Amino acid sequence: MTRLLLVVAWLAAAPALADDALDARLKSLETQLRCLVCQNETLAESAAPLAEDLRKEVRELAVAGKSDDDIRAYLVARYGDFVLYKPPMKPVTWLLWFGPFLLLSGGLVTWLFVLRRRARMQIVDDDEANAAARAEASVQVARARELLED
Amino acid sequence: MRWSLPLAVFLVLLAFLFVGLFRDPREVPSPLVDKPAPAFSLAKLHRPGERLSNADMRGQVWLLNVWASWCVSCRVEHPLLVALAKADVVPVIGLAYKDKPEDGLAWLASNGDPYRMSIVDRDGRVGIDFGVYGVPETFVIDKAGIIRYKQIGPLTADALDKTILPLVRELQRS
Repeated sequence: MTRLLLVVAWLAAAPALADDALDARLKSLETQLRCLVCQNETLAESAAPLAEDLRKEVRELAVAGKSDDDIRAYLVARYGDFVLYKPPMKPVTWLLWFGPFLLLSGGLVTWLFVLRRRARMQIVDDDEANAAARAEASVQVARARELLED
Repeated sequence: MRWSLPLAVFLVLLAFLFVGLFRDPREVPSPLVDKPAPAFSLAKLHRPGERLSNADMRGQVWLLNVWASWCVSCRVEHPLLVALAKADVVPVIGLAYKDKPEDGLAWLASNGDPYRMSIVDRDGRVGIDFGVYGVPETFVIDKAGIIRYKQIGPLTADALDKTILPLVRELQRS
């Protein structure tokens, strides 16, 4: 009897578990998608009517067995890459992806350049200081000699 | 000379920012331009028993104007559509987007009906297929059923005269 009850309980719980898994999957998918109406909100958190419709649409596609990639492709076909929070890598987005690194390396090159120039100026300064010191020293030596000879 | 490089970088940045001032981030270019219009078959607003589908519009250039009685900026563009209908240059089909048919009919009765006919997209499915995200939107569709242009937001006299109507005339000739 208890075994039967357990089986019944398990049967009742199974769809709920599947629902939870689906909910979690949709939630993570929807946080990677942009709401077109309030552009800085994800599809998961937007309260716009269109976002509601799209969430419904996404759920139906998922229930129909479509993969996350299929669903993303479905939305991109209608709204463009803009719906993706993570833009795809392609020639028009190269600047977007690599631009920051380009700027960073530009900054590094400038920095090295400045450091190098500063180091060179330091050496020149040192040489000048040495020359002055030597000149000063020879003047003093000459003076000492003069005094001794007197 | 010493400052020429930083100055050049600054000027380039300034140019980018300046151009950015005149661009509307709400306007997302549609991937559907130059692609076949999505398939639809919807009930007509005035004759709910009849349906209109892509095939019915084959062979002519037409505009699909997405509107709704709840849409505030649709009122802004409406006089332009009424004038366009009077000039009878190009058939305009209205897509009543997520609207109750009785509200849509009442709205057309009080504001004037510029549409060859309106079709009812009660749940917004066809709107999603067309990538509609802000009503009003207007699509220019050619004889082969290919979307040639999409206007996001209300039509303006400028957009009609400089972009949409010249395009329509060109498409009608071909």
